[in-house]
Amino acid sequence: MSPKSKKEKSKSAPVFSAELAARFDALVEKYPVKRSALIPMLLYAQDEAGYLSDAVVAEVARRIGITELEVRDVASYYSMLRFKPAGRYNIQVCTNISCMLRGAYEVSERFQEELGIGPQGVTPDGLFSLEEVECIGACCWAPAVQVNYDFHDEIRPDHVLGILSGYRGKIRPAEKDPAKEPAKGTPPHA
Amino acid sequence: MPRLVSHPDEVKIVSRRFGMGATSIDRYLELGGYEPVKKCLAQGPEWIIEEIKASGLRGRGGAGFSTGMKWSFVPKQSAKPKYILVNGDESEPGTCKDHLIFLHDPHAVIEGTIIAGLAVGAKMGFIYLRGEYRYLLEIMERAVADAYERGFLGSKIFGSEAEFQIVTQTGAGAYEVGEESALMESLEGKRGIPRIKPPFPAVVGLYGGPTVINNAETIATVPHIIAMGAAAYAALGTPRNGGTRLFCISGHVERPGVYELPLGYNLKKMIYEVAGGIPDGHKLKAVVPGGSSTPVLLPEEIDIGMDFDQVGKAGSMLGSGGVVVIDDHTCMVEFALRIISFYAHESCGWCIPCREGTDWLKKSLTRFHAGFGSLSDIDNIQYLAENMLGRTFCPLGDAAAMPTIAFVKKFRKEFEDHLNGKPCPYAREGVPQLTVV
Amino acid sequence: MPEVTFTVDGKKLRAPAGTLLIDACRKAGIEIPAFCYYPGLSLQAACRMCVVRQEKVPKLQTACTTTVAEGQVFITESPEIAQARKATIQLLLGNHPLDCPVCDAGGECELQDMTFKYGAGESLYAEAKHHRDEQQWSPAVFYDRPRCILCYRCVRMCGEGMDVWALGVSGRGADSLIVPNQPNQLDCEQCGMCIDVCPVGALTSGSYRYKTRPWEMTHVSTVCTHCADGCTVTLGVRQTSDGSEIVRADNRDKNGINGDFLCAKGRFGFDFVESPDRLRQPLVRSNGRLEPASWEHAIRLAASKLKEIRDTRGGAAIGVIGSNRTTNEENYLLQKFARTVLHTNNIDHERSTDYAALARALAGQSGKTASLRDIASACAILLIGGNPTDEHPLLAWLLRTNVRLNRARLYIANAKPIKLTRQAKDALKIKSGDYNDLPASLDAGRSAFAKAIRAEGSLLVIFGEEMRGEAVEKLVAWGVKRGNVRFACLGDHSNSRGAADMGLLPDLLPGYVPVAAPGAFSEYPNLPATPGKSLPQMIEAAGKGELGALLVVGADPVATRKLDPTLFNSTFLVVQDLFLTETAALADVVFPAASLYEKSGTVTNTFGDLQLLRKGADRAGVKPDFEILVRLAGGIIDDIKTLVPFGQRGVTGDLGQSRGAQAGEADRHAIWLEANGLEPKLSPFDPLAILDEIERLVPGYPLDRINLFAGNDVHTKLSSPGYVPVAELAGSGLIAPAHDTLFTSGRLGRWSEALKQLAQHQAKELVETAAD
Ligand SMILES: Cc1cc2nc3c(=O)[nH]c(=O)nc-3n(C[C@H](O)[C@H](O)[C@H](O)COP(=O)(O)O)c2cc1C
Ligand code: SF4
Ligand code: SF4
Ligand code: SF4
Ligand code: SF4
Ligand code: FES
Ligand code: FES
Repeated sequence: MSPKSKKEKSKSAPVFSAELAARFDALVEKYPVKRSALIPMLLYAQDEAGYLSDAVVAEVARRIGITELEVRDVASYYSMLRFKPAGRYNIQVCTNISCMLRGAYEVSERFQEELGIGPQGVTPDGLFSLEEVECIGACCWAPAVQVNYDFHDEIRPDHVLGILSGYRGKIRPAEKDPAKEPAKGTPPHA
Repeated sequence: MPRLVSHPDEVKIVSRRFGMGATSIDRYLELGGYEPVKKCLAQGPEWIIEEIKASGLRGRGGAGFSTGMKWSFVPKQSAKPKYILVNGDESEPGTCKDHLIFLHDPHAVIEGTIIAGLAVGAKMGFIYLRGEYRYLLEIMERAVADAYERGFLGSKIFGSEAEFQIVTQTGAGAYEVGEESALMESLEGKRGIPRIKPPFPAVVGLYGGPTVINNAETIATVPHIIAMGAAAYAALGTPRNGGTRLFCISGHVERPGVYELPLGYNLKKMIYEVAGGIPDGHKLKAVVPGGSSTPVLLPEEIDIGMDFDQVGKAGSMLGSGGVVVIDDHTCMVEFALRIISFYAHESCGWCIPCREGTDWLKKSLTRFHAGFGSLSDIDNIQYLAENMLGRTFCPLGDAAAMPTIAFVKKFRKEFEDHLNGKPCPYAREGVPQLTVV
Repeated sequence: MPEVTFTVDGKKLRAPAGTLLIDACRKAGIEIPAFCYYPGLSLQAACRMCVVRQEKVPKLQTACTTTVAEGQVFITESPEIAQARKATIQLLLGNHPLDCPVCDAGGECELQDMTFKYGAGESLYAEAKHHRDEQQWSPAVFYDRPRCILCYRCVRMCGEGMDVWALGVSGRGADSLIVPNQPNQLDCEQCGMCIDVCPVGALTSGSYRYKTRPWEMTHVSTVCTHCADGCTVTLGVRQTSDGSEIVRADNRDKNGINGDFLCAKGRFGFDFVESPDRLRQPLVRSNGRLEPASWEHAIRLAASKLKEIRDTRGGAAIGVIGSNRTTNEENYLLQKFARTVLHTNNIDHERSTDYAALARALAGQSGKTASLRDIASACAILLIGGNPTDEHPLLAWLLRTNVRLNRARLYIANAKPIKLTRQAKDALKIKSGDYNDLPASLDAGRSAFAKAIRAEGSLLVIFGEEMRGEAVEKLVAWGVKRGNVRFACLGDHSNSRGAADMGLLPDLLPGYVPVAAPGAFSEYPNLPATPGKSLPQMIEAAGKGELGALLVVGADPVATRKLDPTLFNSTFLVVQDLFLTETAALADVVFPAASLYEKSGTVTNTFGDLQLLRKGADRAGVKPDFEILVRLAGGIIDDIKTLVPFGQRGVTGDLGQSRGAQAGEADRHAIWLEANGLEPKLSPFDPLAILDEIERLVPGYPLDRINLFAGNDVHTKLSSPGYVPVAELAGSGLIAPAHDTLFTSGRLGRWSEALKQLAQHQAKELVETAAD
């Protein structure tokens, strides 16, 4: 996609919701330097859009006043930022030492069985994705799992079904089809 | 909600307000909060720095540097604004103490930050939380907003002439960003690559201005020291190791949890008494005393006081206070592999020895643990780790190398047991062996 | 900074406090290995190769970040240090493909050298290596991640050095890699500097990859043939069945005025030399068609025809158009040929700026011209007009570097916003494109810009073609009055300055000596005393049927001036060129000429810096313009020595005393060559045979030969005896600048496939570069 067509697109449909745009405007005011808003902004934009699409990257670059390359360089460094969509509920099972010692891999295994996906997979309906992640700062309540930003402490394999159904229940009947539009192309630097 | 624990041996200073609803600013005030900062406003910067020096407070982030000394390095005069940077990146495996501070006592962090600002003449502070701590960030943001509303933050704090602003910041997933100069880079919206030192942050830090960077626990401890007096605080610990700290006891213990104990508290006691010992009738095999970066200790090495100096003498480090207890049903090769794959994942990639070394060690250990190793691999692993040590750009390389060397040296027999295609002696029923790709 | 004394490997060294240890050591001949350190670029401390032991410091220190202070003691080689470096290389090789036998950098690879030195060849590594396919980012730049050692030189060179910032680092840990600014594509200036600084074969050049190995080439250091800045370029030359071909151009030795720099044209635009469209045989028109002919026949035909027209219609019926890309010797010879053999002052060239006006305005002054080296060190520079980033890439580089490393103050006065404004301390927008009032406004203006200029001590003024004629005179007058000023003026091509300096002008002899000046060039036989026709006047005369013959050397007026092809119907047209240009296609005789890369001689860049060309490639069938002219003259006059003084080696060594200056010069040259251990090859076709005459007759060209022949640049002095007021010069209306981009080079660029591809890549792929 050429940068020109990207720009045209950003004119026709706003990349950021009004809320996100307002949040950004407030954010940049806080710092001595505008660029300090970059990482939070990427994370908040990803929370809204599901991942950092080309359009999001271009929009953030424009708003901060840096190049898209700089945005990608930074975004690709941080493990929470992604250039491909994840499930609506991204299940992150900590498998680092404290959690491993208390059965994290068994928990991950159970998630894989229940969801029918691998340790870094996405369910076909786009509802769940699974990740084995590094320590999430809950080592004394191991094994720990994070679903999006929610912490779940002291998880045993037999908690897995309960967690999943809790999130399934969160989907209102009106949005029964949670599948997001599939990723358009692969990210350039994936 | 993370479970709170307690034990009679605990001396609750930083954790005093845990579970008491102190996220509410009114409750915090009821519990004596924001009195220390008023005292500091009255006493002035020199007094604050002297108090903190006298308290023997040493950084809780890992390196254990004297906090009062660190503050005293900041130049009095500076053309550029000075900053306080609170390190809440908490990503060292085995460590979850700052988690509880943000959750239960956010105003203590704010108050400590203001005091640090008063001490060095900074007008702005940043509180940086790792990206995964979104719910804690929201608690901190609420607390900061409340403090602004009361006039505790802003251009005339507590009705004085002093100004102090606080900005909260989220990370986005990177252990290396906990390193102080990488943290500053990240806060400036860049990749978390450490900076060349010198200049040190106290002279040239955030946005080029002199910067004090402290761990969240260090900062949250400061108001308590002011409140109780430096001497009383120092007296709680051992010589040169003032006060208490939060120990995160995790792994194979009956009652894992975050316990506040005086520095110098006996490690063996910590495991067997405070945390209730090893469950399921298993035996202790090893202890990682201060987070994943610290060399492992054998059962016969743990009859030591947990302060910076004694653990150092035992060949390891007090680090971030993450005590990871390992029982005798654990494969140490797998454990070493899990640690090195963490460092390989978190290496920022800037310098050759760490970037290539962690990657290589991870691959070698993966193969080795899968039963495809040879005797020379054991030596190579040690050789590689030893050649990373002290040669990398930042301490992450050492943090990866040191524990690896200790695992190979102390558990060589267990490495040898993996040779000749033998299955891992500790393989668990139904759990595939750890193979990291 | 005060000097300090410190000890390295037992030797006491001195350097200014704060000098980087690695620099201090290199200066003292102690080589410290380094992958990431690159002089002039920001520090990284990333590769850890430069580790040294400092007394009383627990850990090994990196020499690239350690600054020296009084009394320090260092050790740079010891078993401990060697082991550290060896281990680092072993670690690197763990993921390195070790495809050295097919790698472009093989033989020129710093990793290879280090592996050899520290003996890290044996592999400890049994793991699978990371594989990634090679990527092509542009016609010029390829990236092979597995070979990349992540030294970040390319990223810094592109950003800090080029101010393009097209490269970044993506990912982290062992997954880190270098990325271009578009999805797998580079939108940039395509300078290839990133390739140049890459210590290994990770970045390779589209034009050179897999062609040959470094040791199969001869490396010839010469001067770039494109813009007027005069970069030293090293040609990699390989023998072929009918001569030799250029397989690459780069900046191997980095010892020219360009330092580290080379732009896309210098690096990739050499391929016109190898174009299949090159003429390789003389052509003669018969029955209305150009047919191949022998050299002998073509020369005889052209010479006799020129002689006939001269003798029947007089020299005034003949015109000569010279080139911006022939050597000084050729240009000098061409005007001498026109004036003394053809008896005409009808000589001109395509002018791209008003050198003549500057020369005349500076008449009587000395030391008022700036060399390119001055640009690199001046404290304050005023740039008027022009767009160096596109038209003078080296100048732009030097300006950026000077601002970045020395905090030079750059002031820009321009009608358009140009990219260099980013480096400027202040910029003044010239309204309605009128530069003429600038000196007055600088003198009296109350703008911050004018005040800042007035407050500067010394000032270097560079102006483009926007200032011509009287505007130049006013500018010079302003500068001379304010004092402490030096000037430079920007023209287009590799020897545009030389063309003007050597008198390819109808009214001015070499050195801007007016034709009409009493006694000027009195030793020239048959020199007509009145100015001749300018280029447009010659064309006009041709149109009227008044131009009997026209000799065009390395120029294409039919194309540049869009002339009617019937215009020369009644003119005998002789063309010397590399290609069958639009002008050549109309000619009666066409001679295939050698390019600047296929001959020796000297050229003068737009700053007046004279440099030596070394013959790189060789091509059967073509001849240098010098030789063609001498042969032509041979068919018109009897004693060729009146045109080219030459002699035989060692025959006479009288330094000219006994036989007059002319006769002795070639001998003197021979003696000089011999004394300096060079090989005297004297024949009338040796262009250097005429160097002494240039030195003797052309004001401003005293030659520092030791330096010149050592390959250094020698600043000439733009000076002109002061007779004619600038207003009376023929010049300013005749200036037709090419306004080259990064990928065009006057009429020559069309013959470079590489440049065409780069231009296409940039045009299709990509949005305009940041500031322009
Ligand atoms: C790789 C690495 C990761 C680190 N991570 C953290 C961290 O997550 N939190 C922290 O407080 N300090 C961390 N540190 C230590 C900091 O660099 C710094 O020393 C500390 O924040 C200073 O605060 P203190 O003096 O209060 O301990 C880390 C250091 C390194 C080298
Ligand atoms: S040791 Fe080097 S590669 Fe590793 S985290 Fe530090 S700077 Fe990055
Ligand atoms: S070719 Fe030049 S401009 Fe392009 S990326 Fe390389 S250094 Fe940058
Ligand atoms: S491509 Fe070359 S110059 Fe760039 S980082 Fe890799 S090795 Fe260094
Ligand atoms: S700057 Fe000019 S002289 Fe130098 S390489 Fe480019 S075109 Fe050639
Ligand atoms: S190891 Fe799992 S949360 Fe820390
Ligand atoms: S040259 Fe010093 S670390 Fe690379």
